[in-house]
Amino acid sequence: MSEYRIQGNTGEWEVVIGLEVHAQVTSNAKLFSGASAAFGGEPNSHVSLVDAAMPGMLPVPNRECLRQAVRTGMAINAQINRWSRFDRKNYFYADLPQGYQISQLYHPIVGEGEIEVTLNEKDPDSPTKRIGIERIHVEQDAGKLMHDQHPTMSFVDLNRSGVALMEIVSRPDMSSPQEAGAYLKKLRSILRYVGSCDGNMEQGSMRADVNVSVRKPGGELGTRTETKNVNSIRFMMQAIEYEAQRQVDLIEGGGAVVQETRLFDPNKMETRSMRSKEDAHDYRYFPDPDLLPVELDDAFLEECRASLPELPDAKRKRYEEMGLTAYNAAVLTAEAETAFWFEDLLGHGVDAKQGSNWLMSELFGALNKLGKSLDESPVNPAQAAELLGLVADGTISGSIAKQVFEIMLETGQGAAAIVDERGLKQTNDTDAIEAEIAKIMAANEDKVAEYRSGKDKLFGFFVGQTMKAMQGKANPQVINDLLKKVLG
Amino acid sequence: MSVDKDTVNKIARLSRIAISDAEADKMVGELNGILAWVEQLGEVDVTGVEPMTAVIANKLRLRDDVVTDGDVREKVLANAPAREGSFFGVPKVIE
Amino acid sequence: MTDFSKLGVAAIRDGVANGEFKAVEVAEALNTRVANAKALNAFIVETPEKALEAAAAVDADRAAGKPLGKMAGVPIGMKDLFCTEGVQTTAASHILEGFVPTYESTVSANLWKAGAGMLGKLNLDQFAMGSSNETSYFGNVISPWRRNDGGNAALAPGGSSGGSSTAIAARLCPAATGTDTGGSIRQPAAFTGISGIKPTYGRCSRWGIVAFASSLDQAGPMARDVRDCAIMLEAMAGFDPKDSTSLDLPVPAWEAGLNSDLKGKRIGIPREYRLDGIDDDIAAMWDNGIAWLKDAGAEVVDVSLPHTKYALPAYYIIAPAEASSNLARYDGVRFGLRDLPEGSGLQDMYAATRAAGFGEEVRRRIMIGTYVLSAGFYDAYYTQAQKVRALIARDFEQAWASCDLILAPTAPSAAFGLGEKTSDPLSMYLNDVFAVPASLAGLPAMSVPGGLSKDGLPLGLQIIGKALDEQAVLNAGLAIEERSGFTAEAGEWW
Ligand SMILES: [Mg+2]
Ligand SMILES: [Zn+2]
Repeated sequence: MSEYRIQGNTGEWEVVIGLEVHAQVTSNAKLFSGASAAFGGEPNSHVSLVDAAMPGMLPVPNRECLRQAVRTGMAINAQINRWSRFDRKNYFYADLPQGYQISQLYHPIVGEGEIEVTLNEKDPDSPTKRIGIERIHVEQDAGKLMHDQHPTMSFVDLNRSGVALMEIVSRPDMSSPQEAGAYLKKLRSILRYVGSCDGNMEQGSMRADVNVSVRKPGGELGTRTETKNVNSIRFMMQAIEYEAQRQVDLIEGGGAVVQETRLFDPNKMETRSMRSKEDAHDYRYFPDPDLLPVELDDAFLEECRASLPELPDAKRKRYEEMGLTAYNAAVLTAEAETAFWFEDLLGHGVDAKQGSNWLMSELFGALNKLGKSLDESPVNPAQAAELLGLVADGTISGSIAKQVFEIMLETGQGAAAIVDERGLKQTNDTDAIEAEIAKIMAANEDKVAEYRSGKDKLFGFFVGQTMKAMQGKANPQVINDLLKKVLG
Repeated sequence: MSVDKDTVNKIARLSRIAISDAEADKMVGELNGILAWVEQLGEVDVTGVEPMTAVIANKLRLRDDVVTDGDVREKVLANAPAREGSFFGVPKVIE
Repeated sequence: MTDFSKLGVAAIRDGVANGEFKAVEVAEALNTRVANAKALNAFIVETPEKALEAAAAVDADRAAGKPLGKMAGVPIGMKDLFCTEGVQTTAASHILEGFVPTYESTVSANLWKAGAGMLGKLNLDQFAMGSSNETSYFGNVISPWRRNDGGNAALAPGGSSGGSSTAIAARLCPAATGTDTGGSIRQPAAFTGISGIKPTYGRCSRWGIVAFASSLDQAGPMARDVRDCAIMLEAMAGFDPKDSTSLDLPVPAWEAGLNSDLKGKRIGIPREYRLDGIDDDIAAMWDNGIAWLKDAGAEVVDVSLPHTKYALPAYYIIAPAEASSNLARYDGVRFGLRDLPEGSGLQDMYAATRAAGFGEEVRRRIMIGTYVLSAGFYDAYYTQAQKVRALIARDFEQAWASCDLILAPTAPSAAFGLGEKTSDPLSMYLNDVFAVPASLAGLPAMSVPGGLSKDGLPLGLQIIGKALDEQAVLNAGLAIEERSGFTAEAGEWW
């Protein structure tokens, strides 16, 4: 899709990128305990005895977490495995109370799927590419360590311990930072549509492990490094750029890439090796003997499928069929939030074209100025529909509508109330309009003559003059009709 | 397969069990004895046999997504060898 | 005045219910016996106040005319593998010394709800790893039994539930909890002349029991006779939503169902259990058992369990593998021992803590388990063992086509002397050769006394049943009990 190449001393290099995205599953309780999965909370308060791995404590899986993983799998057209299991990944670390993470290695709940991405989702002509998804598995999050509270100690907070994650593993199908960025954006969009993850990267509910290697174009795969826990799309793209360049420099300087885990430092914009953990890679995975295999029945799968919302690609197509421009359809469907807002607006009886144009120019413009996101919009879809309804039924003109919207944003008042209070109602009073037309014609006899001798363009002049005389409140259609009659 | 002292030391490291030189020496013999004995399992023809997954026929039950637990900080921290306020304390970790 | 040390579960329960004596009297008498039996080292912690408190509550309930539970007024010993709220729980390890759970295991909670009281926490092999109770951090348990050779050699009470077997055989308590991973209820029962049953895997909740090997661990009762085992198992068992492997089935009325008439039952005698060089005493006892079951109306048939030989090696891969992972949580961070050598970091702390906190056998099994799961060996060892395990379970399935129960010895010998087998881990492991197959297959299995050896030591007969058919196992046990005339008791030397 994109020809991203690194120019080295020995020629061009190609970059190969695969992503392992950890997405926190939206759920009330943790994956294997009844403790709250909510973000924040007093240290060690969202912790049950199970999460603290007290002796004799046992895991019981949360149905919702599995359901969300399955729905996500369905949203990327993946193979759903009716039979899966949990395995233990064994290693010692202070944020891992059990001494193992319950995860899925051998039989993940979701198998192969794919996501179609485009480099610029707002450009309908931008080329697309399919990125393979190898698997999605469900696993436990770890706790949190704090290093800056004490001179010689780190502090352990287990609030995150046991929260459900989906690990979404892509194929190494991306070949530029831009493609990786587009993939992550699209994936986040799908997760939000499905409602299986809030996609909030700042809070860490979505983070990416980035596998990068370089090779001569078409050559054999190089040794990859894994940059862990990158928590923004921009950082991820920077990390790839840095890491690919570093590998090229290393190889061309006669060195070799070491397979290792690295960290991205957003301040220095560079990756660095994590202190090498010896033996850290012998995780001794084996099926968790505290749990039975996960067996999904037809009813469960049917419910998952039936509860899936319309997904971005399908929605975009439908919007185009509704008469929206390809550009509008793309922008309105890129984020679930926008599409849902738009559909809410349509639900209040607004015409699709009118609604989409207004949303994209007026509302987005206003929010931009206010520095607010759509979910912080001072005007909700019902209020917007009231305004657009007044335009549609001829109560106010489009230009008055702009004024009314400004006032709505400032005062929070309803559109109809504003129109009433300020006398902005459009008039259909033909007598009044005719009187103004007569005055204008009298004052501009030369232009009337020019018009009648064929200078049609002048029609607009008369419309403008009349509207001005009516202080913008006359129905433009009525003005048109009357002018046509008198001008002949 | 038999283990040597390096392997024993490596297993001890993976197990996070400190081991003295003398203990490692002793363990080489013991582990080899046990491993040589368990290796008779290799004789068994397991063609077409699935590894056992459930001891007794039983189905995995799933819990409802309801918060029923947590908010038991004092119980969680009650036995901590080094409690620091609301946290467990561990020797400083450099990441 | 009643000698409460002579009474079993049913007798105490009925005596309390009928008003023959007060539960508090029983508790006081047994508290005294426990306090005077320190030489046996059966208890790690004594809790006389708990026993009295529970007894007083039962007496009060009875006085108020309230219904009494299945174990009302019965003081018992609790294997120190069950987490007990407010009472130290150690799994007989240094690493958990001083650990006071803030929660109660499901099985112990069920027993307290049924009206039982706790005399104390019983010693065991450390983390239930052992067959002689010689791996406890709190010292060996000494069997009350002695050989009839006039010597005073200290004998093993079996393991891992050695504190339980000793306390019952020494009549310190009428019953105790045990757990069985590869014979840890049955073998100590056999060594001390008492009865014990490991129910079907999943009958008793594992929640709150310090885990050894999750796919094998199963709690069960140990007592002086079959009826007492039936009563206590009813109180212990039951579905627990907190344990994903718990069976969601009602608890049968095993006591009411007891019936030693075995007409129509076919008893399988597995030919592979007739090992070369089988101990004469064991062979003779087995023959007696066969005769008793025939006498009870059963038909005896020859069956084959072809993979028997491989059960023990499979067990010694699977159990240590699971244990190596289950015991990773003992790391000195949230509970238990912490050993932090001067200047050491987190990983050094783990290694020092675990070296200091785990005994030799526990360390050995963790190392084996770590090795068999490690990269490159997993399939050859663990996967192969789980396949062999499936074949062992299939052997039983096929045997059930021709029989309803299996009769075999519980252990290959009578109790051995303390220290006799500690130098060679393998010879110790071989002690569980007859017990382990039923554990691997998750089947109910019971040991009942089958007679005495030439040395005057108890021997046990094992009955293995189909999954969920504890009733048939108990009934066959009862039939043997009624015919064996086993009344021998350990002399009170302590
Ligand atoms: Mg990963
Ligand atoms: Zn992961």
